Amino acid sequence: MATASKSRTPRARATAALDVALRTLAATFGGYAIAALCTALLPRLLPLPRNEAVVAATLLSFAIYATVVLWAFATASAWRLCGWVLGILAVLGAAAWLSGLAGARL
Amino acid sequence: MKGGLRQSMAWLHTWSGLLVGWLLFGIFVTGTSAYFQQEITRWMQPEARGQATPEEAVHGAVRYLEKVAPKAQSWYITLPGARGNTTQLFWYPGAGDDEDTSAVLDGRGERVDLRDTQGGYFLYRFHFDLHYIPVIWARWIVGFCAMLMLVAILSGIVTHKKIFTDFFTLRLQKGQRSWLDAHNVSAVLGLPFHLMITYTGLVTLATLYMPWGIAANYKNPQTFYDTLYTPVASTERSADAPLTDLAPLLRRASARWNGAQAELIGVTLPGDRAATVTLTRAAADGIPSRGETMTFDGATGAWLADNPPRGGAMLTESAMIGLHAGRYASMPLRWLYFFCGLGGSAMVATGLVLWTVKRRQQLPDPTRPHLGFRLVERLNIATVAGLPAGIAGYFLANRLLPLAMAHRADWEIHTIFLTWGAALLWAVCRPPKRAWVETLTAAATLFACVPVVNALTTPRNLVASLLERDWVFAGFDGVMLLLAAVFATAAWRAARHRPRPRPARHAAGAEA
Repeated sequence: MATASKSRTPRARATAALDVALRTLAATFGGYAIAALCTALLPRLLPLPRNEAVVAATLLSFAIYATVVLWAFATASAWRLCGWVLGILAVLGAAAWLSGLAGARL
Repeated sequence: MKGGLRQSMAWLHTWSGLLVGWLLFGIFVTGTSAYFQQEITRWMQPEARGQATPEEAVHGAVRYLEKVAPKAQSWYITLPGARGNTTQLFWYPGAGDDEDTSAVLDGRGERVDLRDTQGGYFLYRFHFDLHYIPVIWARWIVGFCAMLMLVAILSGIVTHKKIFTDFFTLRLQKGQRSWLDAHNVSAVLGLPFHLMITYTGLVTLATLYMPWGIAANYKNPQTFYDTLYTPVASTERSADAPLTDLAPLLRRASARWNGAQAELIGVTLPGDRAATVTLTRAAADGIPSRGETMTFDGATGAWLADNPPRGGAMLTESAMIGLHAGRYASMPLRWLYFFCGLGGSAMVATGLVLWTVKRRQQLPDPTRPHLGFRLVERLNIATVAGLPAGIAGYFLANRLLPLAMAHRADWEIHTIFLTWGAALLWAVCRPPKRAWVETLTAAATLFACVPVVNALTTPRNLVASLLERDWVFAGFDGVMLLLAAVFATAAWRAARHRPRPRPARHAAGAEA
């Protein structure tokens, strides 16, 4: 992975490029979306005054983002990674929506 | 990724670092200078001399403002504090006031005519607002760089096999090993600082980058911000009433804040019965100190309100921002911050150089590298030597541009980018090795010229400063000479450098 060796076939090079592209997309946009949804949701769960909870969640958000990025490049399969990211986003999105319906703060 | 965790983290470290390395170097260098923002500004405004006391300064400021802006909507008075010697005034004019809405006063409250310059403030602003592009884009770009920096640091730690051993390892004159060691030493020695400064840097603009906590929990974001600050009082004038003496209010605030001084005084509706005076605590006396305020009635001097109390999360946020900006730091700690910042700049610079050193040996034909390699090599030269040269050019322009020049402060700033651009052009046109030697020599020469030109254009030369124990000026000139020596050494080493022949066996490649 570290160096695209010249001996590899064009097909193998294309696969490697797709692998990197998928991971980069999942890390950059998926990571941001996961961090953003966590930041939106956490304040509804934390037993703190609302402004305190919002600040605490916002402070944590960059650690969440960085964790997702590292995971995206450490995990074995790029396709499985994309599946996981979409799954996590679906769960977080549903939780945000449901907590809104249930009359969470807004 | 193939090849295990360490390999994939090494890959991530290399490419996340390279992608933003050049801009990160600029952010690190100018951010480091910001620890001496006020001192740089004092050096760049040699007309302002002497010391100031808060009470004299505040009386002078009120005297001046009552003369030029008696019916202003509001006044803002920034007191000199421990590191400055001028009082900055700013006001929102009411009807019939002068158009000029800012002024600088000396310690006795007399207006001083200073040369038109942004001083250290420009370098501070550049480290998150960049220049020539809209501020909001700049902050997103800088945030992106900081996020990748965080990723590069974390993946760099995983990549590291022997983080403790490397703490004590610096093999000089060993080609690629030396560059790797230099990168490791600057990174590992300063690791707590680098992690802290990157994360807290993101926190300083957190509500811009991550507004979703507020958006999902408040119908109107202003409701959130209103919980942080004392609401603004009346903005309508009613009847005239003289402004209360501010000096006793300063003393009361200081007593309330365990001896800490106020640094900013805001007066709304001065000269009116509905006037208010808000004192903001100086950030110089505690890490989480950030904008505590006391508000008084401007006519009677009676206490009205303190800032809303802050809970654990907000104190944590304030402490993080306090750690980043280092406004609380005493002089010795400020120097430590400064050298840690230089260490961070060196970490980024050695990392960038290491990318080329490592790959040069693997090139099919080292005399004819591919386009990507040439691009990185030239950008490295332009950035690592060119940006510091530009900053030296900024200080020289401050002394050499005519005082009456139109848009003088802007041209001081253009000098940075003209010098930087010239270095890029030079790096593109010359053979790389020569370009390194020549641009590093140029940077060394420009830094060495700063104290000389200062001595020729002002009476405040290095010898006079030392005799007067003027540590701001002497320290500034001294740092310029130190930087000149650093760049001269680098130029000399680059000139003597002979690329090593390709080693028979590659060093284990997991660590870059």
